[in-house]
Amino acid sequence: MTKSVFDTRDSIRAGELTATAAAEDALRQVEQVNPQLDAATEILREEALAQAAELDRRLESGEDPGPLAGVPFTVKSNICTLYGRTSAASRIIENHVSPYEATAVRRLREAGAVCVAKTNLDEFGMGSSTENSSIKITKNPWKTTHVPGGSSGGAAALCSATRGMLHLGSDTGGSIRQPAAYCGVTGLKPTYGRVSRYGLLAFASSLDQIGPLQHSALECALVLEAMAGVDEMDCTSRNVEVKDYVESASRDISGMRLGIAPELFPEGVGSEVRERVEQAIEVLRGLGAEVKEISLPNARYANPAYVLVSAAEASSNLARYDGVHFGHRTKEAEDLTALYKSSRAEGFGPEVKRRIMIGSFVLSSGYYDAFYLKALKVRKLIRQDFETALGEVDAVVCPTSPITAFPIGERMDDPMKLYAVDVLTVPANLASLPALSLPCGLSGDGLPIGMQLYGRAMEDDVVLRIANAFQSETEHHLQAPAVNAWGGEGEA
Amino acid sequence: MCAEKKFDPLENSAYEAVVGLEVHVQLNTSTKMFCRCENRFGAEPNTNVCPVCLGWPGALPYANREAIEQSLRAVLACGCEVGEFSKFDRKNYYYPDLPKGYQISQYDQPLGLGGQVDFFLDGEKAGVQLTRIHLEEDAGKNTHVAGRPVSFVDLNRAGTPLLEIVTEPDISSAAEAGAFLRNLRLIMLYLGVSDCNMEEGSLRCDVNISIRPKGAQHLETRAEIKNLNSFNFIEKALHYEISRQIDLKERGEEVVQETRLYDPERDETRSMRGKEAEHDYRYFPEPDLTPVTFTREQLEDIRSGLPELPVARLQRYTSELGLEDYPAGLLVRDHEAAIFFDACIELYPKARSVANWILNSLKEEANSRKTGISSLGLEPGRFVDLVKAVDAGVVSSQKGRDVLKPMLESDKPVVEIISELGLEQISDDSELREQVEKVLSEHPGPVEDVRAGKKNSVNFLVGQVMKETRGKANPGKVAEMIGEILSA
Repeated sequence: MTKSVFDTRDSIRAGELTATAAAEDALRQVEQVNPQLDAATEILREEALAQAAELDRRLESGEDPGPLAGVPFTVKSNICTLYGRTSAASRIIENHVSPYEATAVRRLREAGAVCVAKTNLDEFGMGSSTENSSIKITKNPWKTTHVPGGSSGGAAALCSATRGMLHLGSDTGGSIRQPAAYCGVTGLKPTYGRVSRYGLLAFASSLDQIGPLQHSALECALVLEAMAGVDEMDCTSRNVEVKDYVESASRDISGMRLGIAPELFPEGVGSEVRERVEQAIEVLRGLGAEVKEISLPNARYANPAYVLVSAAEASSNLARYDGVHFGHRTKEAEDLTALYKSSRAEGFGPEVKRRIMIGSFVLSSGYYDAFYLKALKVRKLIRQDFETALGEVDAVVCPTSPITAFPIGERMDDPMKLYAVDVLTVPANLASLPALSLPCGLSGDGLPIGMQLYGRAMEDDVVLRIANAFQSETEHHLQAPAVNAWGGEGEA
Repeated sequence: MCAEKKFDPLENSAYEAVVGLEVHVQLNTSTKMFCRCENRFGAEPNTNVCPVCLGWPGALPYANREAIEQSLRAVLACGCEVGEFSKFDRKNYYYPDLPKGYQISQYDQPLGLGGQVDFFLDGEKAGVQLTRIHLEEDAGKNTHVAGRPVSFVDLNRAGTPLLEIVTEPDISSAAEAGAFLRNLRLIMLYLGVSDCNMEEGSLRCDVNISIRPKGAQHLETRAEIKNLNSFNFIEKALHYEISRQIDLKERGEEVVQETRLYDPERDETRSMRGKEAEHDYRYFPEPDLTPVTFTREQLEDIRSGLPELPVARLQRYTSELGLEDYPAGLLVRDHEAAIFFDACIELYPKARSVANWILNSLKEEANSRKTGISSLGLEPGRFVDLVKAVDAGVVSSQKGRDVLKPMLESDKPVVEIISELGLEQISDDSELREQVEKVLSEHPGPVEDVRAGKKNSVNFLVGQVMKETRGKANPGKVAEMIGEILSA
């Protein structure tokens, strides 16, 4: 019997399950699959059980500790929690414990949820395979020789292989959606500004957004509802009403207009991926959606623009890791400059260094206009493309990734090949739009395929609603991976 | 306004100096620029800090609206152009007092562009053109320990709001630079946006300086002198640097573009680092902050709320109120005194009397208590009562001072204090005449002298009467009476 987050929540509220039992079960699941998957960087058994015990005391005395009382959750290791390490999977802050917690985490905790584990990622979120973690490489639960995607690979793998928990990831260019697609789960990158970034270790500030990875759109809606809303600690968070996302996601989609853009089905999209996504579109049509072709003429420039903008911001955001104030400091240095150089050379992995170099270069005088400024212009054009398109349709449908999960090690030597898998996800970050990936079937070799939905800014409920309609009609999101903690029969 | 006349290296020289200033003014907001730590000086090192100003991973800045409003006051007061849109940028560089590895500053869209600051130099009205005014966050403070291989970093100051005011290379002497800065400081004090305490570093100045043949239009290689924090040092450093550059040119050597440090103990500037390439700060728009926007109406509100500025005030005092330049200048330079003066003349429009009493007596009281006039807690109304009493001859001007002290210590009405001290002037002529005749009879010698035409002896006799009456006589009246009696 598989459990949803709603089952866990309702059983606790009904007094059929204690918060402690829920935490124990979550910890057992994580501990069971983690040796095979290396998805959790830290399992917070003691702290979680202590919190759960406290919640049980409150529940027993008749208190209401919040709408998510006792529901276990995991947090990507680039998001600050009061216990557990917030290492960003980087040597440079490998033992960093944050003195404060992220607003998104605080909101879940204040709703009664219990953090049971921190999850693995590509160092500082830079990567699409979780191979760039300084800690360990996470494996795909559907096929452990393959990557789970990234950078929220730990959260995606853990979500896929367990049940009844919430998982927080972050998405700068597809870091929630692409691993969600590779691991067969549902992942939402909310509208930029919907969820506070306070406490998220910045990779690219104008693109980063915290979001959920879950087994269904409704579960995502539940997490979003708990985290969303304006935060005075993040002035890019927006003061827009937080809807009842679970309720609005439950409505039907008849008459809804879906757009298909040829630019988001480029040549590199594999035939199986194309087929599954097209079949999924037919399902949506059957549910009453109108489908029409739209055009996003500048979408093909999204990837280079993304690489430049994200690297530029990263080069500055990561300057604080200098060996002086916190984190790794080299053992010996002649002078201040040597201290900076050696601390950073020893602390950062190769992909992070590559992006810092690209970013520093494109911001340098003499190159700024040709690279950074041009990328900003492209970004503006892409934004306008989506604005026009989303004036005609309610959402845009496309694949999440051109390919399915690839074997570990296959793309490590060629960064351009690795960047290419982001081509269909980065436009959402550049245009600050909500986008969601949901499973729409398996490839011939048993790997999940993701379909992606783009919505209008602050209409996160619309993509959730379309995804939920699809999931009410299909069972792709219920299929079990080879490695799972509930004894479900795996596909591979 | 100026210190004593010093040696001027430009006097009779074939060169002229071209000087531009970058002035940093620390705003006196209640909290820091991008977090809610208190904005104050002097706490234990690294105690007035939070994840935001420490640059901890994941922390984000949020702009302090009070700092933006204060800056706009300064920007409008200096006549800058203000766009309806301004933004913050990141200035990237590494230094241990800069925890984020970048400073949040403003690059191509500062709060204010252009502008001009007017002031008086040797009695002539002068002006310096501004390039821009922008808002940024201050860095922390490094302390180096002589002889030990350690440095200390205090981040209490990190993230405090700092206004940078940049002038055009529009200044041609140390005296002009000094006069400009003194007036700029005064403007900031009038606006109430900074305490401009130079010892605590809330007003600091970087100086860019080059020389060129007199009358030339081009700019030559300049040196920069950093972090000067007293008017005196700024003028001395400029004098030294102008002389040094003239000497170099005279010897046929070139001025090197470099940063120099002024050493007040040896009164010289020294090269801080060797010749260096222009630093590339890789400025780009700060993505963590939304642009700063304001409407025309908001700007108009701020503009209409600006106080009267020093130069305008000085002109009003001299041309409208008829004060002499000197007392008018003294009042204007002490903002509290000027405010008090204005409040007093509302009640009693004899500007000269009021100005004299403020400058001669009240300021002395304030100085002896090491405080400003406003801290004396004196109501302008009571002060005016005293000035009126003197002007009406109720109390002598000399004894008036004795009334002031008890006025500051109690709330009693001025007339009551005067009568308690028995300081009313003798207004009864017959009583006064009695005193005068008594003195004349006791000093026959001087009386003879007066009769012989020695004017000085009149003064002696008046003095004796004043002594007899313990200062309660009106000296003018006494002299008149002596004349009357002796010529009879």
